[in-house]
Amino acid sequence: MSPATDSDVRVYLDPTSERTTITRTLAERPASLEGKVVGLLDIIKPRGDVFLDRLETLLNQRGLQTLRFRKPTFTKVAPVDLRHEIATKCDVVVEALAD
Amino acid sequence: MGTPLPEGIVAVVKADCPTCQLVAPVLGELRAAGVALTVFTQDDPAFPAGLDPVDDTGLDVSVALDLDTVPTLVKVEGGVEVDRLMGWSRPHWEKFTGVGSLGDGLPEYRPGCGSLTVDPEVMERLAARSTGLRSRRLELARLEDEAEAFFERGWTDGLPVVPPTPARVLRMLEGTTRAADEVVASVGPDFADCTVEKAAVNAVMAGCKPEYFPVVLAAVEAACTDEFNMHGLLCTTWFSGPVIIVNGPITREIGMNSGVNALGQGNRANATIGRALQLIVRNIGGGRPGEIDRSTLGAPGKYTFCFAEDEVNSPWEPLSVERGFAEGASTVTLFAGDGPRGMCDQKSREPESLARSIAWQLDSVWHPKLVMLTDAVLVVAPEHGRVFREAGWSKARLRERLLELTTKPLSEITVGANGCAEGMTIQAGAVKGALGSAVGDGPGGGDGAAEVFIPKFFPDGLLIVHAGGSAGLFSAVIGGWARGAIGSSPVTREVKQ
Repeated sequence: MSPATDSDVRVYLDPTSERTTITRTLAERPASLEGKVVGLLDIIKPRGDVFLDRLETLLNQRGLQTLRFRKPTFTKVAPVDLRHEIATKCDVVVEALAD
Repeated sequence: MGTPLPEGIVAVVKADCPTCQLVAPVLGELRAAGVALTVFTQDDPAFPAGLDPVDDTGLDVSVALDLDTVPTLVKVEGGVEVDRLMGWSRPHWEKFTGVGSLGDGLPEYRPGCGSLTVDPEVMERLAARSTGLRSRRLELARLEDEAEAFFERGWTDGLPVVPPTPARVLRMLEGTTRAADEVVASVGPDFADCTVEKAAVNAVMAGCKPEYFPVVLAAVEAACTDEFNMHGLLCTTWFSGPVIIVNGPITREIGMNSGVNALGQGNRANATIGRALQLIVRNIGGGRPGEIDRSTLGAPGKYTFCFAEDEVNSPWEPLSVERGFAEGASTVTLFAGDGPRGMCDQKSREPESLARSIAWQLDSVWHPKLVMLTDAVLVVAPEHGRVFREAGWSKARLRERLLELTTKPLSEITVGANGCAEGMTIQAGAVKGALGSAVGDGPGGGDGAAEVFIPKFFPDGLLIVHAGGSAGLFSAVIGGWARGAIGSSPVTREVKQ
């Protein structure tokens, strides 16, 4: 049989990266913030600092330790070093979006 | 091909070829004369009768020989082809085989027919099986609508695509000398590797011709730099997308439009190169509206926004030369821009007057009270270009004047000024230290009480190009997204074949 007619299927190429989505489980949520270090990440959108300043005051009033972090720009993903620093120094993190 | 070619003379024929039928008796004469002849047949395994044809209906031998025509004679010595002859020509066959008086009664000459390997439908099947292409195969049944199949998989920008068959992708790959498995760039937001092959698949879908492909590859490279920040540009709530400005001889070679309707529809190269980049961002990078693409309103240019600079009639040096590339180099410049805003000035015949009109339009980018945050492209159309040419204004002089004219007193652009809450929050006292030479004292000197003036744009953030039809006293401003390290900087890359 001729190759011109030997099939009922037509073949195309996949235009995607063919990546399989990686499913990650969320980190376990602490039952309480007692004794935890709370990271406050400002992505530097305008007024994000207003939100984080207020949150920091409230958390400190409850005796919780807070650490402040800033992304260099909100238009790019946080540098890997910054992510590593937050992960090693903090138990939980609050990221402020804002505008 | 798994086995070497047989020694002597190899003939490849097909029954569905009148010339092959014509020469079948001649092949018998050669065999009778003691020539070491092996006949391969592409369609009917029994043809030519009596010559023990070798079945090549799988076309392995024909593909290995890269045949265009049947009949073809190939001379093989030591397993290697040393000569070949196509069609029927008595003197040529006699010389080639060393056997005289061939084909008594036949015409002197008959051209051959197309080899089955160049039959378009067969080519596609061959491409699918023997190309080395690595992309996953998608098989659709004959009755499935291929256009619908691509929509359903989320692989289009909302318009139909050209189905990327292996044969089409192979033809696209012929547009570049780069290897199919070479990585062009890491494409955000997924930061997945885009190989030359994957770029070709998307370029086919966009409707590109192979000769456009080097421009597409350069655009992908430029877009996926940290400076251009395609990832952030995709994610933003702002309108912008990648605007591709092409310079150099390739714009003429591939028929790009830099003239009438240069920023509009209707030119295949302009339309499909810009579209290919967007499809790559979508399909390789995973950037889809409503997911990572969070644009509040978007812009029509996010389908495609690509044009060529009209260098031939320009009063100025090309953008590429201004950005450090040699005259005659072909380049792409990527700019994170929104839609063009038209600027009408049909009365100015002096450059100063026209510059003032342009400056007012530039003021409107983002907001008249928001400055130093964004870049812009000014597209000067020929009738406006003529005003500057006749007055002897260089591009640098025009840019300098536009920077001056768009510089504003801080008091006019600060938050709340002129009855509008929007505006800049910078403090006059801190502003000079923070912004350096970009900020100047106004008239009256630096006695502290003087007004501080803030520029709208930075010198490296105001790109000026020449394009458009010969009629119309218009120009266009393409506003930018967040500029510089915060957002995106224009990036230029050379187009390499």
